[in-house]
Amino acid sequence: MAAAISIRGVVKRYGDITAVDGLDLEVPEGRCIGLLGPNGAGKSTTMRLLTAQSIADEGELVVLGSRLPEESKASRAVMGVVPQLDNLDTTLTVEQNLIVASFLYRVARTDRKEAIERAVRVARLGDRRDTKVDELSGGMRRRLLIARALVHQPRLILLDEPTVGLDPQVRQELWALIDLLRSEGVSILMSTHYIEEAERLCDRVTIMSHGSAVAEGTPAELIAEHAGGEALEVYGPPARLEEIERESASKGLRTRRTGTSIAILGPNGDAPDGERRPANLEDVFVLLTGEEIA
Amino acid sequence: MKLPGMKPIESVALQGVLVREVINFSSYWRSSAFSSMVDPTIYLLAFGFGFGSIVSSVGGYSYIDFVGTGIVATAVLFSSAFPGLFSTFVKYEFQHTYDAMLAAPVDTDEIVTAEALWIALRAGIFGCVPMLVAMIFGLDPSWGMLFVPFLAFIGGFGWASFGIAMAARSKSIDSFSYITSGILTPLFLVAGTFFPIDQQPEWVQVLANLNPLYHLVQLVRDCVFSLYGWVDLLHLGALLLFGVVVWRLAISGMVRKLVD
Repeated sequence: MAAAISIRGVVKRYGDITAVDGLDLEVPEGRCIGLLGPNGAGKSTTMRLLTAQSIADEGELVVLGSRLPEESKASRAVMGVVPQLDNLDTTLTVEQNLIVASFLYRVARTDRKEAIERAVRVARLGDRRDTKVDELSGGMRRRLLIARALVHQPRLILLDEPTVGLDPQVRQELWALIDLLRSEGVSILMSTHYIEEAERLCDRVTIMSHGSAVAEGTPAELIAEHAGGEALEVYGPPARLEEIERESASKGLRTRRTGTSIAILGPNGDAPDGERRPANLEDVFVLLTGEEIA
Repeated sequence: MKLPGMKPIESVALQGVLVREVINFSSYWRSSAFSSMVDPTIYLLAFGFGFGSIVSSVGGYSYIDFVGTGIVATAVLFSSAFPGLFSTFVKYEFQHTYDAMLAAPVDTDEIVTAEALWIALRAGIFGCVPMLVAMIFGLDPSWGMLFVPFLAFIGGFGWASFGIAMAARSKSIDSFSYITSGILTPLFLVAGTFFPIDQQPEWVQVLANLNPLYHLVQLVRDCVFSLYGWVDLLHLGALLLFGVVVWRLAISGMVRKLVD
């Protein structure tokens, strides 16, 4: 199957800092790929590289058949971007924002009205079309931000931390919206640091750390390969947790701290008392990146 | 609009950016028109009547005619350099508008060009207001006045580009005081608007020739008073040269700011 995005050996440096360090990433046509990593792993830089707002120092980027950065404009015409930072025109109405997008994305004049209607429907803002953006709730603004990226019916969507800072119920609302796009066959690359988001929405996940991909696979594959089937969550005072950490290490078991507890991965019979639970993507994430998640 | 070594600027991309500007303008046109037109008109009335009462004529014109034509350039400066500076900074720093546009099939040179054109268009209209006010107070109409909107547009394009170029090179909005007080104020005071330059010491006259605003002042007066001469082609050439140079500087500055 053709790739919507193909990134090979990409390096991006800012002075002494290497933000992206030999990244390989592929988004097959029609799939939803998650880019998971802690803050500073290079996710946002990767997103900027894909719109040619950052120019790679080394490596190859091909988006929807266009080589970047030379042919980036052609790829941007058939791609939608949902940024992490809301950049709607706040003094304009919902509809005016969509009209502006329809011109920026070169929607044909005869299709414009329908494209805007469709976007209003997607955002479920039919009764708010004449409301100014700065009078919308946070969730409505996010829906509009997504709908704006769809006004030209793109074949690929970049979602940069689409639900960061939102209430749980608003987040679930957006998940439903993203899931709808997935079912329509749009290719999606989504960066996130919410594990649950990646588990629910992504066909495959790439885990990034320090600028490169450290693991790639379906959530289930990654869990099986890196965290095993089960984890044992042991609670106790800090001193006790440290003791368990040492004991487990001597038995060759992997552990991770989860704040108030310690999780032992792939525990066997003589493990201490605790709660057994299936291993999850968060275990994989922490093991591979060595970082806790908010 | 293609220079050697440049990639073409697409009109459909310019159109996208212009549509955004025009729709946005509908939400702030009152304040924009107010500040662009009222400031120069106040200068016109203050100087025209203030000085006009002690100076009856300057260089053969009644003082209100002299100032009324000269202040066109001031109005152009105010309605183009300031929006270039401030709106660029606000869009970059607070609204992240450029990220939204660059995610679409629009490049930085197209954003800068469209925004400068849009501000120039406004300056072309706002710039004529002091001349119209001066007509109420006795400036005689002339066919040459029909050139004034076009001259104001050309000057406005240059000053808008100047504002964008400066905003692109500024780290904080505080540094704008250096630009407005250190560059723009001296330029607008010594442009032949309020007093004739040809009666000044030679070094002032030489410096005035480096001031794009001076060329605009001369062009407007020569058109309004029908005093066309070869020298006006030089004034026009200087204004066009200024426009092209700062336009390129605005693009290079914004590319550096927006693309890394």
